[in-house]
Amino acid sequence: MNKVIAVFTKESFLVPAVAILLGLLTGAIAMLAGGFNPIDAYTALIKKVFGSAYNFGETIRQITPLIFTGLAVAFAFRTGLFNIGAEGQFIVGMIASTVVGVSFDLPAIIHAPLAILAGAVAGGLWGAIAGYLKAARGVNEVITSIMLNWVALYFANWVMNAFFIPAGKQTSEEVKDSAIITIGWLAEMFDNARLHWGTLIAVLAAIFFYIILWKTKSGFELRSVGLNPHASEYAGMNVNRNVVKAMFIGGMFAGIGGATEILGVFHYQAIMTQHTGYGFDGIAVALIGGNTPFGVILAAILFGVLTFGASGMQFSAGVPFELIRVVIASVIFFVAAHGIVKIFVKPILMKKKEGGH
Amino acid sequence: MDWGLILSNLVHDTIVFSTALIFAALGGLYSERSGVVNIALEGMMIIGAFTGAVMTYAFQDSLGAWAPWVGFIAAGIAGSIFALPHAVASVTFKADQTVSGVALNFLAAGLSIYLTKIIFDGAGQTTTLNTVFNKFSIPGLSEIPYIGHAIFEAYPTSYLAFIAVFLTWYIVFKTPFGLRLRSVGEHPRAADTVGINVKRMRYTAVMISGMLAALGGATISLTTTSNFSHNTVSGQGFIAIAALIFGKWHPMGAMGAALFFGVAQAIKSLVQIFGLTNYIPTEFIFMLPYVLTILVMAGLVGRSSAPAALGKPYDTGSR
Repeated sequence: MNKVIAVFTKESFLVPAVAILLGLLTGAIAMLAGGFNPIDAYTALIKKVFGSAYNFGETIRQITPLIFTGLAVAFAFRTGLFNIGAEGQFIVGMIASTVVGVSFDLPAIIHAPLAILAGAVAGGLWGAIAGYLKAARGVNEVITSIMLNWVALYFANWVMNAFFIPAGKQTSEEVKDSAIITIGWLAEMFDNARLHWGTLIAVLAAIFFYIILWKTKSGFELRSVGLNPHASEYAGMNVNRNVVKAMFIGGMFAGIGGATEILGVFHYQAIMTQHTGYGFDGIAVALIGGNTPFGVILAAILFGVLTFGASGMQFSAGVPFELIRVVIASVIFFVAAHGIVKIFVKPILMKKKEGGH
Repeated sequence: MDWGLILSNLVHDTIVFSTALIFAALGGLYSERSGVVNIALEGMMIIGAFTGAVMTYAFQDSLGAWAPWVGFIAAGIAGSIFALPHAVASVTFKADQTVSGVALNFLAAGLSIYLTKIIFDGAGQTTTLNTVFNKFSIPGLSEIPYIGHAIFEAYPTSYLAFIAVFLTWYIVFKTPFGLRLRSVGEHPRAADTVGINVKRMRYTAVMISGMLAALGGATISLTTTSNFSHNTVSGQGFIAIAALIFGKWHPMGAMGAALFFGVAQAIKSLVQIFGLTNYIPTEFIFMLPYVLTILVMAGLVGRSSAPAALGKPYDTGSR
């Protein structure tokens, strides 16, 4: 039995690993085609991330929101839902925390947690709209959540313009000091990279994700509904309620991500002309991470390193940083079409088996 | 205030804004009718907008007014090639079709700007094109007051889009090919039993889908924006998916829905003309098409009537 599990875990690890290699290879081919040296470019990417304390700290900052949005997508996925709306949930999380952060005067011990909680609830409710429409009206959640992303963008701009941005300006007032979650001493250690408590919260959120899904009764229901809604219904579970619940919890993760970005990094909110991209990247993170909390953290690290390092690649090797999107797209593609990857993995697995016998 | 002129302008703008959506929604129709989810319409439009702009740029000096046509056709070809990986992943390797579509959207966004920067010396957008499609007035008909301007002074791509709607309706519902296409999307096993090659049908459908969506993208870069940048398409592929669902996977329905989204976009400028922005914040007007989509899907359309086998990979020999 243990051997069986070992093989399974091997494969679930090997497929993404090989997909990442194939993705980097695809990127290298694209670079060669564009007349660049891929070895120089990838070296520059690594140097950018690990070359200075500041850049390393900023990479961690970049990874943090990706963990949140990755968890948001992954959590819904476990219930059989495809949450493409993490972007919108992230944005409403941002406004809610800005509203609380700017409007209230409270002691720090209450203010910051309250602002984060506001982000969580706002994100959760935004996600729950898509969940409710799916449950009550049978509307495909992929479409509603895409639409809600755009609604969130304009809604956030309206709230900001109408109440929080002085005429003629593009950014809101700064949130009160008591709501700020930047970690001063840690930021100083990393040459003023914008490090904040959100990173720790992200890790706790991943642990919460694990516990609720695999250690509680309600988590069992959520997973059961995801695997087979008809059987779950027959077993007496309320499928619709679980759909709404899953989208609410997923949205909460994204909402907290948006809140910590405001409270930890920017301290104000600006009028947005386009989406932040974190929600969409979260889809990739969840997929590469196999929709498990630990996988999401690893994938977010990979994703954060690649996207942050890409600017170094552009600076020293002249490779446009958009190339990294090609790499990421290829990784998602190979993870999705794991049949292709298995062709590459098969020889390795065969050898392992022969060695074992 | 001349209401006739305002209405005439509104119809005119609606047609301009709807054209790209009609092409892309029809593209989605072929793919989804064959049972393959196509969330990659956005990416396919991006590839079309990019290819259209670059090829027109390449030929504008030598071919002049014909260059946009070269760009347009090249976009269609590029779109169908770009769609190929989606078919490989979702048909041959039975991948999750939504995920594979997401991958293609990422790829298109990255690849198009990467190539733009290589071709245009590091600039994030193509230079403004000298020649794009000009509006075409149908002699005689365009002289009719109001209606002439509204309907008979349009880009050639708009006329093509409406022809494509009719052709698609004919192909899907009146030809053997269309019957096979629909059967593969409704009940692949039954189709297989009567000797239809399910995989080949689905490959063909996905490639037609890529071609049409790319034509939609090229429509944008070769009529309204005259160049290609990262926000040339900006979400219209997703609206096209909504139009397809809204239109219940029917060509006429999809066209109607695309026109509806076009109106919503055309109203935006109208509202500004009237000074209504003093009463309604612009952000709410921008939100309108998306909110309406949600409301309509939840209320009027009700439960979806998607092709039965949509999203399900077909396994030869599965029982």
